[in-house]
Amino acid sequence: MTSLPQSTEKSLGLVIDLDTCVGCHACVVSCKEWNTGAYGAPLSDQDPYGADPSGTFLNRVHTFEVKQPEKPAQVVHFPKSCLHCTDAPCVTVCPTGASYKRVEDGIVLVNESDCIGCGLCAWACPYGAREMDQAEKVMKKCTLCVDRIYNDNIPEEDRVPSCVRTCPAGARHFGDLSDPESGVFKLVEERGGMDLMPEQGTKPVNKYLPPRPKTDTAPDLDVLGPLLAESTEGAGGFFGWLDRALDRI
Amino acid sequence: MTEHISPPLDLSPPVSDEIRQTTCYMCACRCGINVHLKDGKVKYIEGNKAHPVNRGVLCAKGSAGIMQHTAPSRLRAPMKRTGPRGSGEFEEITWEEALTLAADWLGPIRESAPQKLAFFTGRDQSQSFTGWWAQQFGTPNYAAHGGFCSVNMAAAGIYTLGGAFWEFGAPDWERTKLFMIFGVAEDHDSNPIKMGLGRLKERGAKVIGVNPVRSGYNAIADEWVGITPGTDGLFILALVHELLKAGKIDVDYLCRTTNAPVLLDADGMFARDADGKELVWDRVTNSAQPFDKQGVKPALHGDFDGLTPVFGKLAERYLSDDYAPEAVAEQCGIPSDTIKRLAAELAQAAFEEEVVIDQPWTDFRGNRHDKMVGRPVSFHAMRGISAHSNGFQTCRALHMLQLLLGSVEVPGGFRFKPPYPKPVHAHPKPHAGVTPGKPLDGPHLGYPRGPEDLLIHDDGTARRIDKAFTWDAPMSAHGMMHMVISNAHAGDPYPVDVLFLYMANMAWNSSMNTKGVMEMLTDTNEDGSYRIPKIIYSDAYSSEMVAYADLILPDTTYLERHDCISLLDRPICEPEAVADSIRWPVVEPERPGHEGVRGFQTALIQLGVKLGLPGMVDADGNAIYKDYADYIVNHQRRPGIGPLAGFRGDGTESGRGAPNPNQIEAYKQNGGFWVEHLPEAAQFCKNVNMDYQQWAADMGFYPSDKPEPYLFQLYVEPMRKFQMAAEGKGDHQPPEHLRERLKIAMDPLPLWYAPYEETRIDVADFPLHALTQRPMAMYHSWGSQNAWLRQIHGRNPLYVSGDIWQEHGFKDGDWATLTSHHGEITVPVVRMDALNPKTVWTWNAIGKRKGAWALEPDAQEATKGFLLNHLIHELLPAKGDGLRWSNSDPVTGQAAWYDLRVRIARAAPRPQTAPDTGAQKNPVATGPDELEYGKEWT
Repeated sequence: MTSLPQSTEKSLGLVIDLDTCVGCHACVVSCKEWNTGAYGAPLSDQDPYGADPSGTFLNRVHTFEVKQPEKPAQVVHFPKSCLHCTDAPCVTVCPTGASYKRVEDGIVLVNESDCIGCGLCAWACPYGAREMDQAEKVMKKCTLCVDRIYNDNIPEEDRVPSCVRTCPAGARHFGDLSDPESGVFKLVEERGGMDLMPEQGTKPVNKYLPPRPKTDTAPDLDVLGPLLAESTEGAGGFFGWLDRALDRI
Repeated sequence: MTEHISPPLDLSPPVSDEIRQTTCYMCACRCGINVHLKDGKVKYIEGNKAHPVNRGVLCAKGSAGIMQHTAPSRLRAPMKRTGPRGSGEFEEITWEEALTLAADWLGPIRESAPQKLAFFTGRDQSQSFTGWWAQQFGTPNYAAHGGFCSVNMAAAGIYTLGGAFWEFGAPDWERTKLFMIFGVAEDHDSNPIKMGLGRLKERGAKVIGVNPVRSGYNAIADEWVGITPGTDGLFILALVHELLKAGKIDVDYLCRTTNAPVLLDADGMFARDADGKELVWDRVTNSAQPFDKQGVKPALHGDFDGLTPVFGKLAERYLSDDYAPEAVAEQCGIPSDTIKRLAAELAQAAFEEEVVIDQPWTDFRGNRHDKMVGRPVSFHAMRGISAHSNGFQTCRALHMLQLLLGSVEVPGGFRFKPPYPKPVHAHPKPHAGVTPGKPLDGPHLGYPRGPEDLLIHDDGTARRIDKAFTWDAPMSAHGMMHMVISNAHAGDPYPVDVLFLYMANMAWNSSMNTKGVMEMLTDTNEDGSYRIPKIIYSDAYSSEMVAYADLILPDTTYLERHDCISLLDRPICEPEAVADSIRWPVVEPERPGHEGVRGFQTALIQLGVKLGLPGMVDADGNAIYKDYADYIVNHQRRPGIGPLAGFRGDGTESGRGAPNPNQIEAYKQNGGFWVEHLPEAAQFCKNVNMDYQQWAADMGFYPSDKPEPYLFQLYVEPMRKFQMAAEGKGDHQPPEHLRERLKIAMDPLPLWYAPYEETRIDVADFPLHALTQRPMAMYHSWGSQNAWLRQIHGRNPLYVSGDIWQEHGFKDGDWATLTSHHGEITVPVVRMDALNPKTVWTWNAIGKRKGAWALEPDAQEATKGFLLNHLIHELLPAKGDGLRWSNSDPVTGQAAWYDLRVRIARAAPRPQTAPDTGAQKNPVATGPDELEYGKEWT
């Protein structure tokens, strides 16, 4: 068992906009290429050119269909990585202290030199956000690119997680969710940002912005209603209207 | 309780030793990338923030470039076939041997019959170069892959607007309030569309997706219109009907910038004055006046001495009840109330939410405008509406809708990127004048103005092997690559001796009737020789097509090569800026232990030198360009105009200027690209804006070197010329069997007709539509060799609508047999409800042949993956008239992939999808059992 800090100085995390994510997997691969050459062990791939390739990814996009009565079915693309929970069960379950939550910024990390690969944390995480690397037998997880966000070798504007920097649709946002002045805090306020599976009591830092209500059935806009003034069904029909319109130019 | 310990961390590790900036080629998007190198090895690839295309973002493909660059499937040396075609048995040879062999095959042809070379390129981004090479060789048989891609979209755009969607324009993402996207999964313009959608969401603009399948962009659309495939044109014309009926059209815009007021004579040709200028009827002077006269107030309907304005004809057609929402609803699979509401929403956004920019500008009539007025409605469309046999007219219908709303080239609407828009008359005509031993008489591809421009012999036979620019497909502006193998095999219109292909997987996912094409490539004459005698192929990877070629010229990966993304080709501009870019070898093309690879364009120059082609050798027969980079810098199309427009002359000149020996270095210093912004007054209404026109002429965009203002063409006169010929008028007459079809297809105003395939079969027997979508994380076949991307899309089940699923009693894990008029496949199925109820679909090009792409023979792509292509024939079902009717659009020859009709039946699960196309031997490396990329740095 490992203890969590009483509090953290910041709560860095991601805000992911499900109304904007097109499911392109840019974040998935950008995460993979950064992190396979960065913090800790590489992210390995087994059978990469064979029958059933599989590998370690710290971020994956899942796709769901949502069926609703009387409405067209919807498709939701749902990117998922570690949510850097305030009450992270993956930390408290760790027998060696390898899993920990940083006091400085709330990032949940694995100290790989202390990780014995027991897998308890992956079992404890209700989100399935941790992956055991099959080559190195250590537990891998999202680091929020801790080696990018403070990195003096990277231009200041790029000191964000790789997934955020690359997202083509701008669906991923990074910042301090404990700071009411931060962009991410405000986004969550404005858009009704949600916790993933709040009933688990993990208090995730990452938030999801729900899809805006679809207007598959939009408010009734009647051609013969608000736009009636221009109706061509009057005197002279369409061409009568056309002449009047030409005269107004 | 273990106390938590925060071990010290290195928060500022060096990222890399060096960053090199070049252009991505993981798809056709051409984003700027920063390639981080450590210890000489690629460590990390990210988007270039300064780049006009992607402004820093990068898609999954781009980020997976590392795995493409290191893929075991990379070719390593030139190869000569040793086993039978299709076997994959090769011996490696030297470049000298390879180029000599190619020259030995091609030299004699050039001297006797240059048309016996068919040179077709696939996802080629150097068409202005490869086309020039083919022209210098003298064969008429050259094109890239546009004919099986989206030529309907391209040609309809050029003939109507002077430019197409594709990446030749963009919605005004910052101002548009309603965006409607038709038939686009992942397609041109890849990242800019994602960025734009994100911006629309941020701004609260409404997004409407029209697509049978609700994937990707359609998943986040605020409204999804799950249209029945092939009916988009009908739906669009119903929107037009409603807008006309409600008087919700931009009459002023139509008068100023389109040919709506141009007068038609009794033949439906434009009335012209003695100077050849189109006439309009001036309501002030009650007389016919040239369209460009200052102060004319044109009439839009009526009969003036037997002359009638285009618009009168247009209005009469679409006000007909045939186009009423109630008349089309069932066929389109869209309730009539929805069609009416969508028309009202378009009208609402266009006319009630007008956008005004306080920017004065001057039009070509000399009228000064103090502001730019915009209709904030924009559209985008690609393959989904294009890849049908009624696709050209459907694309035209969409452009007509845009024009009626006044939303092209205005704030908030759809805008072109320089050098577009550009009128048809500033584009070349097609050429096929062959003289043995000499260059062709002009560029291969172009835009015919009428039947006189067709490429046919006096006896009516085709001059080109693909029969482009014949009565079969008069406006086939991109050629018809999908017909080349079939026609060469049939010897129709004539046999070829050498088939030379680049970067086109024609033995697999890029051909219709894949199994049939494999048979054509291996078919022999009575003496045992191949029907298609010699095949040269260039690719960077061990694709299926490699196995079917006799001689392989191995290309580099995109990180190892020089390229130019040229204004002479498909530029990377933005609506407000002109831009081009380069690729350069950010890593050297090393293939230890093997002969090595060369950029295809460099190999082509070297082959040209061996053949002594004009423009490639001087009077003494010495090479003018030592490689492609040398060509990029020093080649001039016209004096001062070369492949790259930036940093010319002394390095400060743009557009025009003498070759600059330091040009490539200047591009590298600038991040791999060059960009220059348009003057403020030139940014909208470009077709009629003299500030833009003068700037464009100065840049060298027009062959005339003069401004070329023009009207958008609601009514396309060249089409009327073809239609008149079909009616029996004029000297150039079509063959009898095509008359009736041309009368309909060449209508100068948009119309809808049923896709051809369903008119040749019993629809009750094939009740379903079947199509493919391109996944965002894959680009055709290229993704499957990529160890990371194939973990995302390694399988492609057939997605079946809920209605079909229930009707047939499918269960999870089931398989199905899908049958078309031509073939049968047996594949795994998965239910999907966000899908048009009459449609099944799958991801494009996931299935692979065993042994290809250096995958293991039991790779999931080869056992569970499949191609829909086996069901699609390049010809329509036979009519019993003995003629071969191409499964293509009758105007442009665009391959009608999405006309496919099928039936479905449950099938027992099996270990392998059917048909099984056998295996090819892998001629390259095999991959490792495990990857730990970057281990040395962690």
